[in-house]
Amino acid sequence: MGEQLEKMYDVELKPGAGENYVCNLTKPEFAEVMATDIPKEPLPDHEMVPVALKKLDQMRKERKSVQLYLDICVRCGACIKQCHYFIGTGDPKNTPVGRAELLRKVYRAHFTISGKLFGSLVGAQKLTPEILKNEWYKYFYQCSECRRCSVFCPYGIDQAEITMAGREVLNSVGLAPKYVTQVISQVYKHGNNLGIPEPAFKYNCQFLEEEIKESTGVDVKIPVDKEKADILYLPPSADLFTNTDTMIGVAKVFHAIGADWTMSTYASEAANFGLFFSYDDLKTINLRVVETAKKIGAKLVIFGECGHAWRAARQFMEAMNGPLPFKFMNILEFTADLLRKGKLKNIDKSRNDDVVVTLHDPCNYARAGDLVEETRYIIQQVCNNFHDMDPSVTKERTFCCGGGGGLLTEELMELRMKGGLPRATAVKEVVEAHGVNYLAAPCAIDKAQLPLVMQHYNIPVQVGGIHDLVGKALILEGQEEFEAKKKAEEEAAKAAAAAVPAVCGLCDAEFASMDECCEHAEKEHKISKEQCDMACESKEGAGAAAVPAVCGLCDAEFASMDECCEHAEKEHKISKEQCDMVCESKQ
Amino acid sequence: MGVLANFVVNVLPYITLLVFVVGVVYRVAVWWSRPSPAPIPVFPGQRSVGSAVARVLADVLLFRSLFRFGGNRILWLGSWLFHISFGLILLRHLRYFLGAERVPGWVNALQGIGVAAAVVISIPLLYLLLRRIVHADIKWISTPADYFVLLLILSVVLSGLYAKFFAKPFVVDVKYVIRSLMAFQPVDLSKVYLSTSFLVHFFLVQVLLMYIPFSKVMHFGGVFFSPTRTHYFGGEAHTKSSEEV
Repeated sequence: MGEQLEKMYDVELKPGAGENYVCNLTKPEFAEVMATDIPKEPLPDHEMVPVALKKLDQMRKERKSVQLYLDICVRCGACIKQCHYFIGTGDPKNTPVGRAELLRKVYRAHFTISGKLFGSLVGAQKLTPEILKNEWYKYFYQCSECRRCSVFCPYGIDQAEITMAGREVLNSVGLAPKYVTQVISQVYKHGNNLGIPEPAFKYNCQFLEEEIKESTGVDVKIPVDKEKADILYLPPSADLFTNTDTMIGVAKVFHAIGADWTMSTYASEAANFGLFFSYDDLKTINLRVVETAKKIGAKLVIFGECGHAWRAARQFMEAMNGPLPFKFMNILEFTADLLRKGKLKNIDKSRNDDVVVTLHDPCNYARAGDLVEETRYIIQQVCNNFHDMDPSVTKERTFCCGGGGGLLTEELMELRMKGGLPRATAVKEVVEAHGVNYLAAPCAIDKAQLPLVMQHYNIPVQVGGIHDLVGKALILEGQEEFEAKKKAEEEAAKAAAAAVPAVCGLCDAEFASMDECCEHAEKEHKISKEQCDMACESKEGAGAAAVPAVCGLCDAEFASMDECCEHAEKEHKISKEQCDMVCESKQ
Repeated sequence: MGVLANFVVNVLPYITLLVFVVGVVYRVAVWWSRPSPAPIPVFPGQRSVGSAVARVLADVLLFRSLFRFGGNRILWLGSWLFHISFGLILLRHLRYFLGAERVPGWVNALQGIGVAAAVVISIPLLYLLLRRIVHADIKWISTPADYFVLLLILSVVLSGLYAKFFAKPFVVDVKYVIRSLMAFQPVDLSKVYLSTSFLVHFFLVQVLLMYIPFSKVMHFGGVFFSPTRTHYFGGEAHTKSSEEV
């Protein structure tokens, strides 16, 4: 472990430091459409406690994890310094044990014999509306459900289970955050977290298709709402707007193997914020995926680069929505398997030589998704320069980006930056040691959060996905020819521009090129070369032959108008005199 | 003293037994019966029942999760030493329970190390106690119950050591008491010599046993039920092969 990482664990205790961070409360119209039944606004104080206790009782009876993890903690403290929000804030209520105790003390007071008999001697405290509002609502939304604590707990106690149960209790009394309810309501309305309506979604896919065509010359399709397809692909919706290189990389992979795939506007989102909110919503959002896959007859459902989406799918979809009439996997598993089996043949690693890569393991891949080898394998197959971070902060011991678990909201920005400290520290080490300049973060929340964290801590790295790198290195059929042609054309155009005859406007003298004319102008007319265009004029018409042209009938491209005209005569039976009807110069 | 001793030897053990057994069985039954809506394993390792079992055993026997803690392994060492000593002490005490005439050889063989463990255990116990006072963060999360159980165990250890090394009861007398209780026969206190320190030790042990079902000490049973460890990455529908289509 490096010095900076080691030093990071020296945390000064600052009780109450987290009390300022609180999520905005939901709007009634969002609360209304949640799958789980919650009040539109916080219940009046006198109604809160009985409702909350009833829900807590239900939680511990319906979930073995909750009952057990309320019972068996010995408060050894092994989890304390494993929590990024504690490292960042120093608030003991922001430790996994401290946060869980907020719920355990209430559980003991109301549901255990020792708690009823001995009260505070055994750490029991009766529930009050203040506990709900000032402790639970604040601190259960200062946990990103990253589950790092569980790795180090001698009994595997998972704070995420306590947090999830605590949030369901909060929901039952109307203490729900606006950010999460809004995102979920957008999924119910538009099929995705960002609330992109169907036409915009489709338009963006077309736009990306054009972008790929422009850079590769290949017609790569990004299909949406095909009636039947073998593969249903679920992107994090941000990949269609902000992380488009990831989407392009994925589309290139599917194109390269000739896959029959589609996305769906009904289920256009891999992410599932139900995981941060309630089992009911988790199940309902997953159901959209299952229904869509069934409808289009998909044999395989593939989830895009998104951490918690993968947990919602990997650990909950089959258990809650099964049995499933299809197989499912993560796009990283898919691409890794293709690479392993040699199905992505034309990979040019050197195209990623401009980047030195390190990998941020998304929490939910590493601890809940059984997905730590594929990510590294892919990067090493498509890049020459890869450096892992310190083993104490990678794979199952990875640190959260600081914005997971439903915390990626503006009002928690300060907390998010503090929670990002451990990840930033680890990245800084590899930046300094190996000149890393690309932080691969195959998760949509990471891609939104980590650039801010890196900027906050002045770490000069670009944050991007893994398929961004795949897309760059993967050469499609026809792409090389296109690139060679494009390059040749560019050079020809440059040469042609240099060779265009010019005429001096002051004395009508003619020259073979602008350069020569300019020299003449300087010498004869005392006009400096910078102002040469005042005197010299290129004789456009004469040089037209060398300007690239395109055939308007078939989109074929040519090095000159002449060539295009010849083509037009031969292919389209258009005489050379009428050539300008079809050929267009690209100037 | 006579009445009190009689109560501790002849009455309380049956109450203790009842509270301990019913309490522990009830707690375990609750955990057993609670449903798990979804598998929630925490990586690494569990891809089958076998690896889940191996992981739980590694946690139970070697405290592997605590070992992963990183550079600072004092907590791991302290906890492990405490528990392994505790186990050896328990095994040593089997001499009072097993064999009407002769103690089984393997129990005899454990006597030396068992006594040594009883001496050694004070060190991790004091460490576990001190760290709750010295470290500000551990102190903050500690409740009175956390100190109580450590002090209770410490007093059980010290009273036991005193009884053994200073009061020196006859092994046959102690064994007679235990065997009588096991046979549900009243112990005639006039026939045996039981030191006050033995009675104190015997009493404290019973307090500890009765306290267990109501306390965090139940973690010894709960560790076998922890879903993040006992669940594994299974499921029919997930695949890692791209050749499904």
